[in-house]
Amino acid sequence: MSRQDELSEPPRLADKLLRFFCAPHLLESIQGDLHEAFAYKAETAGIEKARRDYWWEVLGFFKPRYIRRKNSARQPYDDYSYNPLFGIDMLKNYLKIAFRNLVKNRGYSAINIGGLGLGMAVAVLIGLWVYDEFAFDRYHQHYDRIAKVMQKGALNNEVFYNEYMPAPLGNELAAKFADDFEHVVMSSWTSEHILAYGEKKFTRKGNYLSAGAPDLFSLNMKQGTRRGLKDQNSIMLSESVAQALFGTANPIDQIVKLDNSMNLRVTGVYEDLPYNTEFRDLSFIAPWSLYVATQDWVKTAIDNNQWNNNSWQALVQISPKSSFEAVSKKIRNLKLQHAPETAFYKPELFLQPMKKWHLYTGWDKTGNLDSRIQYVWLFGIIGVFVLLLASINFMNLSTARSEKRAKEVGIRKAVGSYRTQLVNQFFTESLMVVGLAFILSMSLVIIILPFFNEVADKKIKFPVDNAWFWLSGLAFTLVTGIFSGIYPAFYLSSFQPVKVLKGVINVGRYAAIPRKVLVVLQFTVSVTLIIGTIIVVKQIQHAKNRPIGYDRAGLITVNMNTPELYGHYNALRDDLLKTGAVVNMSTSSTPATDMNSSNGGFEWEGKDPNLKENFGTIGVTHDFGKTVGWEFISGRDLSREYATDSSGMVLNEKAVKYMGLKHPSEIVGKIMKWNGKPFTVVGVIRDMVMDSPFQPVYPTVFMLNYNWANVINIKLNPHQSAASSLAKVATVFRKFNPGSPFDYKFTDQQYALKFATEERIAKLASAFAILAVLISCLGLFGLASFTAEQRTKEIGVRKVLGASVANLWALLSGDFVKLVILSCVISAPVAYYFLSAWLLKYEYRTEISWWVFVAAASGAMLITMLTVSYQAIRAALLDPVKSLKSE
Amino acid sequence: MKRTYLGEFEEIVLLTVAVMEGRAYGVVLMQEIMEQTRREVRLNQVHSALQRLEEKGMVKSEMGEPTAERGGRRKRLFKVTALGQRTLREIQDVRVSFWDRLLNPLKLSTDL
Repeated sequence: MSRQDELSEPPRLADKLLRFFCAPHLLESIQGDLHEAFAYKAETAGIEKARRDYWWEVLGFFKPRYIRRKNSARQPYDDYSYNPLFGIDMLKNYLKIAFRNLVKNRGYSAINIGGLGLGMAVAVLIGLWVYDEFAFDRYHQHYDRIAKVMQKGALNNEVFYNEYMPAPLGNELAAKFADDFEHVVMSSWTSEHILAYGEKKFTRKGNYLSAGAPDLFSLNMKQGTRRGLKDQNSIMLSESVAQALFGTANPIDQIVKLDNSMNLRVTGVYEDLPYNTEFRDLSFIAPWSLYVATQDWVKTAIDNNQWNNNSWQALVQISPKSSFEAVSKKIRNLKLQHAPETAFYKPELFLQPMKKWHLYTGWDKTGNLDSRIQYVWLFGIIGVFVLLLASINFMNLSTARSEKRAKEVGIRKAVGSYRTQLVNQFFTESLMVVGLAFILSMSLVIIILPFFNEVADKKIKFPVDNAWFWLSGLAFTLVTGIFSGIYPAFYLSSFQPVKVLKGVINVGRYAAIPRKVLVVLQFTVSVTLIIGTIIVVKQIQHAKNRPIGYDRAGLITVNMNTPELYGHYNALRDDLLKTGAVVNMSTSSTPATDMNSSNGGFEWEGKDPNLKENFGTIGVTHDFGKTVGWEFISGRDLSREYATDSSGMVLNEKAVKYMGLKHPSEIVGKIMKWNGKPFTVVGVIRDMVMDSPFQPVYPTVFMLNYNWANVINIKLNPHQSAASSLAKVATVFRKFNPGSPFDYKFTDQQYALKFATEERIAKLASAFAILAVLISCLGLFGLASFTAEQRTKEIGVRKVLGASVANLWALLSGDFVKLVILSCVISAPVAYYFLSAWLLKYEYRTEISWWVFVAAASGAMLITMLTVSYQAIRAALLDPVKSLKSE
Repeated sequence: MKRTYLGEFEEIVLLTVAVMEGRAYGVVLMQEIMEQTRREVRLNQVHSALQRLEEKGMVKSEMGEPTAERGGRRKRLFKVTALGQRTLREIQDVRVSFWDRLLNPLKLSTDL
């Protein structure tokens, strides 16, 4: 048929649809009328309109009046019941029988409802988690128009992304692209500062932001207005901080001291940002202008237009008529224009919209997305699988059970039941069980949610007042109920009463096949999850066992966030050592658990001219090495005995390899220049794991520099208790820094935090694996008991003929064991595929060894045996006299 | 016996069927009604009215000849039954008697 012809016909799909739903005895005249009307309309109003109207008309016939088939079992209306299938009396009866059936088989009902409820609870929890992930940052009213400026670059064939921006960017954007932005906000990053009011002193996280920030974040002001940052000496507090500082008193216009150096007037109090926002830590906001005025390096960066000093963050809210893509295009080469010297890494600026911040920020070295959305997918899939397992169980058990009820079907039919009544009966039963399971799962969710929140680092509330939540719960209940009810409802109700009652129901050899497939599927998922859990735990253990190159024990760090801590290095050190509680003290630009600065601009003898080098750079003092306990593989530590060490430098092993040298000793004693300034390399240390323990160590240089200090490192005396040592250290700090609280961090705890994400995955994965196994076992237990019951007579006969208990046990368990073995065989390659992909993310990774598979398989086998054996042995021990006498 | 009542639309359909004298079927009924009453009518409304009328015994139907524009499908032709005719007449009588008692028909529109 040509295209032309096709067009002059009524839409075929609509016709098909009509044929599908319309009752056959009405179809001919209705369709004829439709076609005729179509032909008429095509002539008068044009073919397009005719085709559109045709759809509209067809849909108009989607009504019970036209759908109902002529000879469906319609009973004549009578006085006592309008409809024998759905009348109130029948519904009551369905419910009553369903309830009796549940109570009669308490064991099965418990397994059924418990298993399904558990599965649903898990799915609901995961669903809530996924929902919360997607709701991240939506608190902000201008969610759709907020973005942060990010840059993309490529160095040595590796793509990188970051959000570190130069200081002059803010003014440039605001001035040059005024039409595109409603607000441009520069940020100093949210970091810890000291807030003091009278005697009350706290360390709280806060940020220096441009005056537009409260509008950009659409802060919910409790007191004051969003214009509170216009004045340079002002500060806005979050509600909780205001409460902590002022209690019930009115905070507005009170003077707060920031970092022990600035007196600021409180101009506003805003509602705390919720936990599922990026800026949830923002407990106070100080003006960016104040930051520029008080921090010389920032002022210099702006005054001298330093476009290659990337230390800040830039947030924007675009205007309604602009788009992220258009603006990204405009600002793309902004950095390159102002800092042509950065051309070698091809920096490109772009806007990262707020809706992508949480889930879609993170890239691997080839520039592919590698971010949190993957975990959302992972857990989403696990949730679906757990739910699937539970539903499979449920269907398995109900179908297995229902075969027992073939006789019931026969008798019901013999006394005059309609088939539809039987169908309704079975559906009522399955819906009732699913309904109970749903209630159970809701209670479980309410109980588990607090623990779940803790593990998952969330603050999710049970959405009692969310209509969608209840609707989808209801929808799921219905769907599961109907699906699991379908088999008994339609298959069993088709039995012929004569045959069934005579006892010749031949369910056939293949009746059990779907059930077996479902068991295999279930165990495949369970075993895969077990293998996954083992590998995740193994990976964490692998990274934890990694030699870290220094000694964490008794090491604490104190942030130098007030001016009082500077300039007293020796006095502070002497006082601390005098207490006897401290073995050593030093300062450095970064704690040993962090790597916050990296630079190029290094030169050394024999350097490959093509290498665009980049080293981690850390400023340390003479005592740093002894404080953290680093280990030398060549050369010596920085020492006060050599005056030349004032321009001394220590490299790590990785740096030596990175420089292309074969042996560390080649560089010791040589000169290395940084931005033209010569340093003498005095030694090479074993690699220290400062950054992620899953990544390779970064080539790092440690330079002697007493002025580049951000933290104080203190090694406590191992022979004294930490508590008493800390008390002594605190007294010394109070003497030197009376205006601030003494806040310290244990290095080993900081190091442990690096595993937080992975440990969270491990915890969740193992919880899910346990649940999956539990649910599968529940199902298996139910099936086994059912088989055992069904074969009671067979077992009796076998026993009479001389079968031993062991024989029978093997007979009954054998079937299930085979299925589980099959599952193990299937799950091994599946698990291997996914886990090797997961492990690729980590450069420092464990291997997937064969024993993991063996362990998981034998674990699954053991559990299966335990589950099945109980039933098998019980059946085998039955007295054959009893099992054979009943008929 | 209880008398069966007709809805307003059913009445119009029934009247139209009567007017068309045995040539009435879905599409032409729809077109005729649209022309006379100037309101949008959908085919399914006509069909459901016809079905209800048939259930109430006001019309009877039989299959007609197939035609080409209907893709060779037959039309279902409707005729008013005796009951239908009687009902129409009764309706008319009731209306007429009310209209007769209305003293000043023209005042209606202004008084409301």
